[in-house]
Order: sequence, then structure tokens, then C-alpha cells
Amino acid sequence: MTGIRRKNRIFHLSYEQRNAVRGYWFILPWLIGFLVFYAGCLVQLGEFSLSRIGLDAATGMTKEYIGFGNYIEAFTSHATFKQTLTSSVMDMLIDLPMILFFSLFVAMLLNRKFKGRALVRAIFFLPIILSADAVGSAITRATELVNAGVSSANLETAQAGTVSVAYYMQLFGDLAIPESVLGYIVDAVNRISSIIKGSGVQIILFIAALQSIPGSLYEVARIEGATGYESFWKVTFPMVMPHMITNTIYTVVDRFSSSEVIRLATRTYKELYNYGLSSAFSVVSTLITILILGLIVYLLNRRTFYYN
Amino acid sequence: MQTIHPAQNGKITWQGFRNSPAYANQRDKTLNGMKNLVIGLFRLIVIVGISYVILAPVINIISNSFFSRQDSINPMVFTIPINPTLERYSMAVKYLNYLPILGNTILYVFGVTLIQLLICSMVGYGFARFRFPLKSVLFAFVLVMIVIPLNTIQFPLYTTFRFFNPLGIVGLFNGGKTINLLQTAWPTFIMSVFGCGLRSGLYIYIFNQFFRGLPKEIEEAALVDGAGTARTFFTIMMPNAAPAVITVAVFSIVWQYNDSFFANTFNISDSILVTRKLESLINVIANAEKVLTIREQQLYFDAGVVLVLVPVVVIYLVLQRRFIEGVERSGIVG
Repeated sequence: MTGIRRKNRIFHLSYEQRNAVRGYWFILPWLIGFLVFYAGCLVQLGEFSLSRIGLDAATGMTKEYIGFGNYIEAFTSHATFKQTLTSSVMDMLIDLPMILFFSLFVAMLLNRKFKGRALVRAIFFLPIILSADAVGSAITRATELVNAGVSSANLETAQAGTVSVAYYMQLFGDLAIPESVLGYIVDAVNRISSIIKGSGVQIILFIAALQSIPGSLYEVARIEGATGYESFWKVTFPMVMPHMITNTIYTVVDRFSSSEVIRLATRTYKELYNYGLSSAFSVVSTLITILILGLIVYLLNRRTFYYN
Repeated sequence: MQTIHPAQNGKITWQGFRNSPAYANQRDKTLNGMKNLVIGLFRLIVIVGISYVILAPVINIISNSFFSRQDSINPMVFTIPINPTLERYSMAVKYLNYLPILGNTILYVFGVTLIQLLICSMVGYGFARFRFPLKSVLFAFVLVMIVIPLNTIQFPLYTTFRFFNPLGIVGLFNGGKTINLLQTAWPTFIMSVFGCGLRSGLYIYIFNQFFRGLPKEIEEAALVDGAGTARTFFTIMMPNAAPAVITVAVFSIVWQYNDSFFANTFNISDSILVTRKLESLINVIANAEKVLTIREQQLYFDAGVVLVLVPVVVIYLVLQRRFIEGVERSGIVG
């Protein structure tokens, strides 16, 4: 206490000013780090993407300003960038609704009380642990083998075990389901394991969201004679909507940081030593992702009702 | 509704029974029971199906790691090895240099997690409880950190730590030269200390949400009793923040252990990270033990995967229950 009083006499700080100074003390480490590492690196990224960079252990880094050369190269003469970017963005857009609905569905399933719930929860969150890259590749390989229906990689049996997608396409095509819808469903079926793997955190967030819905709302719905189906659409869904936005942001960022286009940027600077081009890739893909994310969040936000 | 008692006139007619409340009651009960049964069955099928998709590769890897050479080439063997062997494990332990490197990894992961907990809780508390100029702008920067992942700035980060000289401070002591921090664990620790570690933005956000949900009276009481700000934070607020601490700790441990971004960007040495060592395991074993078939090399790799995953699965299973409670109570979503 004496310390504060003495300081007070020297600097003549009011209570509010002292409070502000304390606040700055608490966030100081992050503030320095953000300015030096994060914002600094973002600025550098923009600078690098407009330059030709040379790295040398002895002399350090050389930069030569070349204007938009790297961007022009990325969009006109680079062999795979545009395709990779498009497919990464499309993957993200296809996965997003499926992950959201799958995780909401599973969260509702796990939110009820039933025997062995603890075990089931533990299993469902395993993918969060198993998604490491080094480990993930081994598991991807194992998944492919399991999906093909064999334990030992035996080509003949593998072929017998796979599902003929073309057959089902034709079967449902006869039912006059539009091809684009069918294509999406087939795609979805092929992605099931990647969707389940990508939903761990989202399920947790949705469970937490479901827990925060006051039970009285359901009680009212029941007294008014709402069926389970109605109370889902009139109570659960609107109440979960704000968390839908949180989950959208998480999913898009998560998918983006493990996307093919990021890997392309990594390869470009690690293996091809084309540092400027790699930076241009990062800038373009990040801007596009943020744009899409902003649009989705804006659209969701317009339809969201905030309870509090 | 007009009801006819079934025993009217001393006779029980079918018509009378149909219209009785006892029948309606019984019918509703049966229908409800059937409905619950169908829903329960449906739920069971979905749960078992999804669990299968998640567990099948894991079971496959575990069983493969026990396969002997005969099992691996015998197409009749499915999942359960006929001649199980522990040779894969003894080789994987030997060439992973398992225990010493795992020790280093655990030190690294727990060290980073402790730093993350300390820094992110402080920053989250600062944003939650104090009013200062530019607060909303600065908090928007935290959100920017969540939305723009570190992957975007991987190359500038690489050069920052390759030629490490922040604000020219290092140069002052080193005769103007920069130092190369790649291949060490320093970049991760430095980034974490300055609140820019792996998903620090998310952790700051979680702590901020949690502290905002705690009643202000707690601190006021502490202040009246004469505790300073720092003391209030460490002795009063942190113990109250246990759910958020557990949530962040589990996330941080699991993600840091599984992380490949920091490991690859900073080329962290494979004598520190067991996951990095795993990447080269196949080549090392193939060369040292003259294992030529890809199929058999994979079996060694599977054993390595199991060894690498065991610690983090154990940690997760120990903390799992409290972790989920923590997420529910930490207001992570509010």
C-alpha cells in the first residue's frame, strides 16, 4: 500500500489512470509479442511478396523490390497455384456445412444421459489427439487400408472391397436427383472420415453451448405442446446459432491452416527457395480466406438472435 | 370424451375395452416404449458406426504393430496376428531413442504449456477487468490472431529466428551480428512468452471470457483486505479459474505435442521432439536393419506411432472428464 501511495505522489495518477496502467502491465508481454512478431511478420510478409529475396548464411538476407512481379507470376505463369487455391477453397466450403451439422448432431447425441456416455465421449474426442501430421499420415494410410476392407495391402481383395460409386450414381440418377446434389452426397460419403476427424473441437463447443440453454425454455415448449422436432427448430437451433459463428470461424481457420495451398507456400520456400513467390501465395490465400470467412459470418450474423 | 367402463353390465366387451382409459393408457405406454426403443436403437447404430470410423485405423495400427513377418504376408490374417511379436517395439524403441527423447519432448511440451497458461491468463485477465485506452482495438488484434493463423506468416517467422535480432537488441551484445535460433526449442519458448505461441489467441480469448463471467465482488473483497493487484490475481483469481486453466492446459498439451507447424518452420531438432524423430524412423530402420519390403517397414512405423501416441492418450484420458466439465463451465462459447 505504501508503494502505491508514494508512486501516486510522484506521478499524480488518479484511480482510473492507475487502473489503466495495471491493465497495460497485464497485457504487456502479449502486446510486445504481437507488435514484434505478429504484426511485424505480417508487414514483412507484404514486403517480401513485393521483392526478390536472397538468403545467405554469411551475409543474411537481401531484398530487391520488384513490384507485383510475384503476384503476376502466381496468377499467370505458375503451374499449380490457381488450381491448388481453388481446390483448397472448395474443400473448405464443402466441409464447412457438413462439419457444422455433423458436430451439432453428435453434440445433441452426446448431451443426453445414457449408459457408457463417458466412454463414448472419450472416443469421439480422440481425433483431436490423433490429428498430428507425422502421426496423421500413418493413420490416413491405415484408414485407406481399412476402407478398402483389408488389413494386408493385397490388391485383389482391395478391389473386391471397394464400393462402386458409378453404380450408385446411376441408381440415384434414375430417381431424378440432380447430378450436382448427387455429386455433393457422394463427395460427402467419401469425406466421412475426414469430417469426423475435423469435428472434435466443434463437438465440444456445441456441447458447451447446449448445456448453456436454460431448461425452462424446453419446459415451456413442452407445455405449449411442441414436439421434439419443433422444439429443436424453435429452441435449440436459435439458441445454438451464436455458437455456430464461433464454430464457423474455428473450422475455416483450422481447414485453412492445414490446406493444400499453405503446403504449397511451404514447399515453395523450403524446397524451391522462391521466398518472394511463397509470400505472395500466403498473402493471396489469406486474403481470400478472410474475405470468405467475413462473408459467411456476416450472413450468419444477420440471421442470429442473441439471447442475452 | 365419453368413457364406458369395461365392466358395465358385468360383461367385458371389446368395444368397451377399446374406449376405456386403461386401454388408452396402455396404448400410449406401448407406443412410447416402441418410439424410445427405435430412437435408442438408431442412436446406438450411429454411435457404434462413428466410433468404428474413429477407432478402426487405431485398432489397425495397434494390431499391425504386433504382426510378425509371416503375418504381414499372409492374406488370411486379419487384425489378430497369429504369431505376435514384440520385435517391432524393441526396434522402434531402440531407433527412436525413445525414453530420453520422450523425456525431452515432455519437458518441452509442459514448459510451453506452463508459459502459455501464465501469459494467456494474465492477458485475458487484463482485458477482462481493466479499462484502458485503445482496449477495444487491442482486443480486436487478439481476434485477428485467431483468424489469421501463424501458417500465413511462416516465412517471415522463419527469417526472424534465422537472423534473430529483435529491435537490434541482440546485435548490441553480439557485435551487430544476428544469431541463428533454428533447430533449437528457443523460438517456441520466445513466442509463447510473448503471447504469440501456438493458438495463444484462442487461449487468451478463453481466459478473457472466463474472467468476465466471474463476479467482481471477489476482487473487491481482496482489495479491501489489502491485497495488491498481482497478489489478487495469483492467489484469488487463478484458483477460481480452474475450469479455464484445465481447458487451456489440455488443449495446449495436446496441440503442442502434436504440432508440426513450429517443429517444421523452426526445424526443431529431432533430439527434442519425438514426433520429428518418428518422421525419419522408416528410413533409419530400413537402412540399419536392411528391411527392404515397404510392408514390413510400415509395421515398424506403426509400432513407432503407438509409442508416440501413448503418452498423450494417457494424459488425455486422465484429464478427459475434468476437461469436458471445464469446457462446459469455462464459458468458452458465451
